[in-house]
Amino acid sequence: MLRNPVFPEQEPHEHQPAVDGVVIEDSENVIEIRDLMYSRGARVIFKNLNLTIKRGEITALMGPSGTGKTTLLRLITRQLVPQHGAILINGMDIATLNTRELYVLRRRFGMLFQNGALLTDLNVFENVAFPLREHTKLTNRLIRHVVLTKLHAVGLRGAADMMPAELSGGMARRVALARAMVMDPEILIYDEPFVGLDPISMGVIVRLVRRMNDALGITSIVVSHDVAEVSTVADRSYLISDGKVAASGSPGELSAANSELVRQFMHGMADGPVAFHYDAPDYEEQLLGRDSG
Amino acid sequence: MRALIRDLYNNLVEFVRTFGAFQLFFLRVLSHTPHMVFGRPGLVVKQIYNAGALSLVIIMVCGFFVGGVLGLQGYSNLARFNAADSVGALVALALIKELGPVITALLFAGRAGTALSSEIGLMKATDQLSAMEMMAVSPVKRVLVPRFLGGVVAMPLLVAIFTCIGLFGAHVVAVDLLSVDVGAFWQQMQLSVDMEDIQEGVLKSFVFGIVASLLAVWEGYNAIPTAEGVGRATTRTVVITAISVLILDFMITAVML
Repeated sequence: MLRNPVFPEQEPHEHQPAVDGVVIEDSENVIEIRDLMYSRGARVIFKNLNLTIKRGEITALMGPSGTGKTTLLRLITRQLVPQHGAILINGMDIATLNTRELYVLRRRFGMLFQNGALLTDLNVFENVAFPLREHTKLTNRLIRHVVLTKLHAVGLRGAADMMPAELSGGMARRVALARAMVMDPEILIYDEPFVGLDPISMGVIVRLVRRMNDALGITSIVVSHDVAEVSTVADRSYLISDGKVAASGSPGELSAANSELVRQFMHGMADGPVAFHYDAPDYEEQLLGRDSG
Repeated sequence: MRALIRDLYNNLVEFVRTFGAFQLFFLRVLSHTPHMVFGRPGLVVKQIYNAGALSLVIIMVCGFFVGGVLGLQGYSNLARFNAADSVGALVALALIKELGPVITALLFAGRAGTALSSEIGLMKATDQLSAMEMMAVSPVKRVLVPRFLGGVVAMPLLVAIFTCIGLFGAHVVAVDLLSVDVGAFWQQMQLSVDMEDIQEGVLKSFVFGIVASLLAVWEGYNAIPTAEGVGRATTRTVVITAISVLILDFMITAVML
């Protein structure tokens, strides 16, 4: 049988190899968040948030705008530090890691940023090659092979010489996806991966997320508002609202849930516990200038 | 009155805290310098080109006219005392010891410093630095240190070019336009300028290079990641560099007199 040239099947490591002298053991729960509290100024974003992300699954984090989904990703990757509670990656509290250990851990992560975050002084090829050049001593020939393979997977092999400024938003995100997976990470984090993609690209990327997860045995975390698309690909979903997990389960379970909040979000209803309007004074009074503002 | 004292105290504490953080940042940049110089010299060379070669036109044009003005002013004032032949010495000492390093540093802050801080600030605003962090690549090491070193190396070279072009400008004005004797122009210069004068200029150019480059990368790295924040960081780079350069110039001159 021919092996998949893009995502060759990988044998799972029995013992994780040491990277820079740091060994990180695997556990069944890749990420565990316990009693997380995080606030920005007076605004509390998470209060006693608990959730678990299991190895090999695609987990969707969903919730209304402003609930802190991107903030949660930044906490998981320790770009931010919680005020209380613990975030365990493979059983290790990431708050206790020093910079070297944190960087070793991050080599096992791939992250797709909301806006792509491509390095604007490098072309598409060099953007994807960037992690390889920084962390490996691969020959240029091998780097070229790996980079073109990843670019081919996202359909942008022909754009290898273009600069990020020449790409559309959707193309930039696909290049960023190629870069996120170039080191064959164990945990791939997608922050709004479907925004700005045309229907064809979206279909391809959704299938790519699923295929990569299954073929490489990785764990994926997808933050998305796109309930329909994310439901087709996620194994488990968490709905976050008001600083904690409001509901969790498979996308099917969430769709069938009785909770008003879950139904409002999953079916995109205007009326429900989540107000469409931000807190404001009475509309009529404000228009007629009867309030002090 | 009590509120005023409290404000002053808070500002003082904030200043001390920022100054301490700036020093730690400097040490952090220095700690990565050997690896960058010996391990990734290509990155530094690229930044020398960005900070140095791309500033050449403005440095050369300004150098020529500053030298020309010095030639004009020197001639008109020295001629009153029948000492117009000394204009070469006056221009050379002024350019080598003071105006060369100081004006080059101010121009550097305006051209390369603003480019550095806005580039780094925009990288921060567009999550490029966060993306590097997530790829386990230190942005300080990969982005800031090469840019800092590029500025430090470029500044003395730019000062040397500014000074030479300035002397050329003074020569054009004094010798070619105002008919100062060419032999006297160069001989007076040769007799007046000592090795200590050149050392003072070189020392200043290195110190100003460190200060201007460090402030540029610091302001960019600490910019608020918005369009307004990057704009403010760019402005602060020019203002703080100008003030620092002038204060340091006074201090170095006072010590070396």
